[in-house]
Amino acid sequence: MSTLTALRDVTFERNLSLRKLKGKIFEIIAFFAILLGIAMLLTLLIDVFLDGLPWLSTKLFTEFPSRFPDRAGLRSALQGSLWLMVLTAALAIPIGVGAGIYLEEFAPQNRITRFIEINVANLAGVPSIIYGLLGLGLFVRQLGLGRTLIAGAMTMALLVLPIIIVTTREAIRAVPQSIRQAALALGATDWEVSRDHVLVYSAPAILTGIILAMSRAIGETAPLITIGALTYIAFDPKGPFDIFTVLPIQIFNWISLPQSDFHGLAAAGIIILLAVLLSMNALAIWLRNRLLIRW
Amino acid sequence: MDNNHVVLETKNLNVFYGNFLAIKDVNFQVFRNQITAIIGPSGCGKSTLLRSFNRMNELVPSARSEGKILFNGEDIYDPAIDPVEVRRKIGMVFQKPNPFPKSIYENIAWGLKINGFRGSKSEMDDLVEQALRGAALWDEVKDKLDQSGLSLSGGQQQRLCIARAIAIKPEVILMDEPASALDPIATLKIEDLMRELKENYTIVIVTHNMQEAARVSDYTAMMMLTGEGERSGTVIEFDRTSVIFTRPKDKRTEDYITGRFG
Amino acid sequence: MGMGRNQTRPIPCVKEGKLQMATTIQSLTTQNHRKRDRERKIIRGLTFFFALVSVGTTAGIIYELLKETVLFFQEVSILEFFTDTRWTPLFASKRFGVLPLVNGTLLVAAGAMLVAVPLGLLAAIFLSEYASERMRKILKPILEILAGIPTVVYGYFALLFITPILRDLFPETQIFNAASASIAMGFMILPLMASVSEDALSAVPRSLREAAYAMGATKFETATQVVLPAALSGVAAAFILAVSRAIGETMIVAIAAGQQPKLTLNPLQSIETMTAYIVQVSLGDTPHQSIAYKTIFAVGMLLFGMTLIMNIISYFVTKRFREKYE
Repeated sequence: MSTLTALRDVTFERNLSLRKLKGKIFEIIAFFAILLGIAMLLTLLIDVFLDGLPWLSTKLFTEFPSRFPDRAGLRSALQGSLWLMVLTAALAIPIGVGAGIYLEEFAPQNRITRFIEINVANLAGVPSIIYGLLGLGLFVRQLGLGRTLIAGAMTMALLVLPIIIVTTREAIRAVPQSIRQAALALGATDWEVSRDHVLVYSAPAILTGIILAMSRAIGETAPLITIGALTYIAFDPKGPFDIFTVLPIQIFNWISLPQSDFHGLAAAGIIILLAVLLSMNALAIWLRNRLLIRW
Repeated sequence: MDNNHVVLETKNLNVFYGNFLAIKDVNFQVFRNQITAIIGPSGCGKSTLLRSFNRMNELVPSARSEGKILFNGEDIYDPAIDPVEVRRKIGMVFQKPNPFPKSIYENIAWGLKINGFRGSKSEMDDLVEQALRGAALWDEVKDKLDQSGLSLSGGQQQRLCIARAIAIKPEVILMDEPASALDPIATLKIEDLMRELKENYTIVIVTHNMQEAARVSDYTAMMMLTGEGERSGTVIEFDRTSVIFTRPKDKRTEDYITGRFG
Repeated sequence: MGMGRNQTRPIPCVKEGKLQMATTIQSLTTQNHRKRDRERKIIRGLTFFFALVSVGTTAGIIYELLKETVLFFQEVSILEFFTDTRWTPLFASKRFGVLPLVNGTLLVAAGAMLVAVPLGLLAAIFLSEYASERMRKILKPILEILAGIPTVVYGYFALLFITPILRDLFPETQIFNAASASIAMGFMILPLMASVSEDALSAVPRSLREAAYAMGATKFETATQVVLPAALSGVAAAFILAVSRAIGETMIVAIAAGQQPKLTLNPLQSIETMTAYIVQVSLGDTPHQSIAYKTIFAVGMLLFGMTLIMNIISYFVTKRFREKYE
């Protein structure tokens, strides 16, 4: 490989070409690991599309669930998901963003703050089904809310809270210290600095985090099954105190049925679910590229 | 200038970062078993020049160079030459001590292993001891070779890095402000060590400390920002250190050395 | 942040009237300031309360789980729970040995790790050491999509795509089996393993890589013998997080792995995990006071404990790793 005669050395068996070859092989293997992941993603998407496309029709949006596949739809599930998302957002956004502001801008460096921070970090790692048990015990039973939308939304809000807190903190942290100092030097209080500067400048990033948290909520199934979101709802939910079902639960229900027609319906439901998630993520990316301030 | 054997020589060297010409048109030589210092104000491209000698600049994705660097007469930028090979022969010690988070022993043995050393355990032990003695560190660490390299003091860490560099028997050792992160006593030890090392190695050192350059080096290259808007660094004067510090030819060198600059 | 807080403290001094200005302006300022100060205090109090919600959540989880678990252990001995080898609380002859559920959980998780760890680690090394900035910008978000797909979708894929293939390859495979859930879960966890490991690898200082290159190491030697060992504790944290995620994952196993609690190491058999059991009971209409209702909280408590321990370990491992390089 080398023509540099002066660099040859008798005391070492260099064998550089072999070492390079090993490196090249490793690089290719590592790249294939990523390709394998991507290939799996594509396989999954193609499989779902092939299964679900024949079942995709407007009937899915207008019909209630049914035991006859050609009459079954997602009407109540889609409405339930929409309701749940709005209620969850209404609960989780103020609490999550508020907690983020507190921890980043107001909190003193003491043990209570440390304790809260460790708590948030730990909650992010608690399995979602545990939140379901919390919702079942606390909201459904103890508060007597029953298996209603509001109980589901409260459970979901607690589930996505750590995500909103963490992204809010990251967004706030990206605002340079010099901005805060400039505002404080004008005689603003720390809350005024947060309200008129920090929050304004970090809003796009916070919003991005909120959208991601909501897309997590919309795909969650397990905690809602645990609190008892029913799988057969043949009416439109009218308010927060109605019982409900959601899109992923209806999909789960159809997967569990033995007839393959229902599996086709499930795949069609998945296509709708993925389309919703995709548009939410696209919105988040657009927001980030369009509005985010780069310091 | 005397007729020492030239180990390294740059010919019309230009180094770019993207479109930015960081150093331009550098021509100077490094002589065998001598210490050559590169001095100059900060940001004038001293480190860039030093890192050209073992092709470390290539690790910056946008970096690119023109011209030649001859190592014992052969161009190290020849497309047929592998940078890995170059670095094996031209070692480097960095500004901040950067021992691997491995044992003291492993810090040194690792370079030997990857470079194909196939000897027995006792031969390896000998080489490790040799390298540590060479870096004047052996007496301080011989009883704790299995401790982490990070457990040493800053000065010891830097000598461990020097030991690591000399273990694979390079011809040239590049030193990028090796004492800038150290206290005065540790600095003195490193400087003493450099004088010993030059018996067997050729040393190129970048320093912002002119006293240090005057104390340890045999030759000095003075770098300065020149060119359009004074943004590209170049070597404006190169000579024996005694000459540079007493009778500089360039007015800018004189200004810098007497403290009238920057 | 620290700065922000300290600089606001002096403001109340102004209120005490130390600044001698024209009295009219002084009084205006004071009044204005009082209002602003009140608003500031209210907001501080409110956001502090919001931050406490997270503490309340943890407390609520522990309280709810513990309450029913205590009731459960009034009827079933702890010894039976941890040593009996049968789990049949929904049958007429009830046995309450949780081991089969734990076994199922660990079997699926281990299988998922067999997929996620090698692939995730290789992907992390490629992204952090080999990929160009452009490549990373394209590949990373695509991998992240894997983590964003709802788990119910993975369940569908495991049951209706992976299982048929497994049954072609190994005819003895049961319709519901641990292996298909493991494979789907492995790909779901891959991005977590990859991104946390990549963070750890990228946190290794450049000076260390340069030191290796300066000694004539190749990129491969630098990546695997210097960077990877230096990032090992970070990679370990990624591993623990991934295991914790695998253990708590619910929908994939509820759909694809079956509802047969049994002590087996054969991944081609139908098993039941702790999470799948909770789903199974939740789907039936279980009366509030029944023993079945209490079992899901007891199982949930065990699950919570397992993931909590792993999260804590990973938290401290990560913290120590960060300290090492800061």
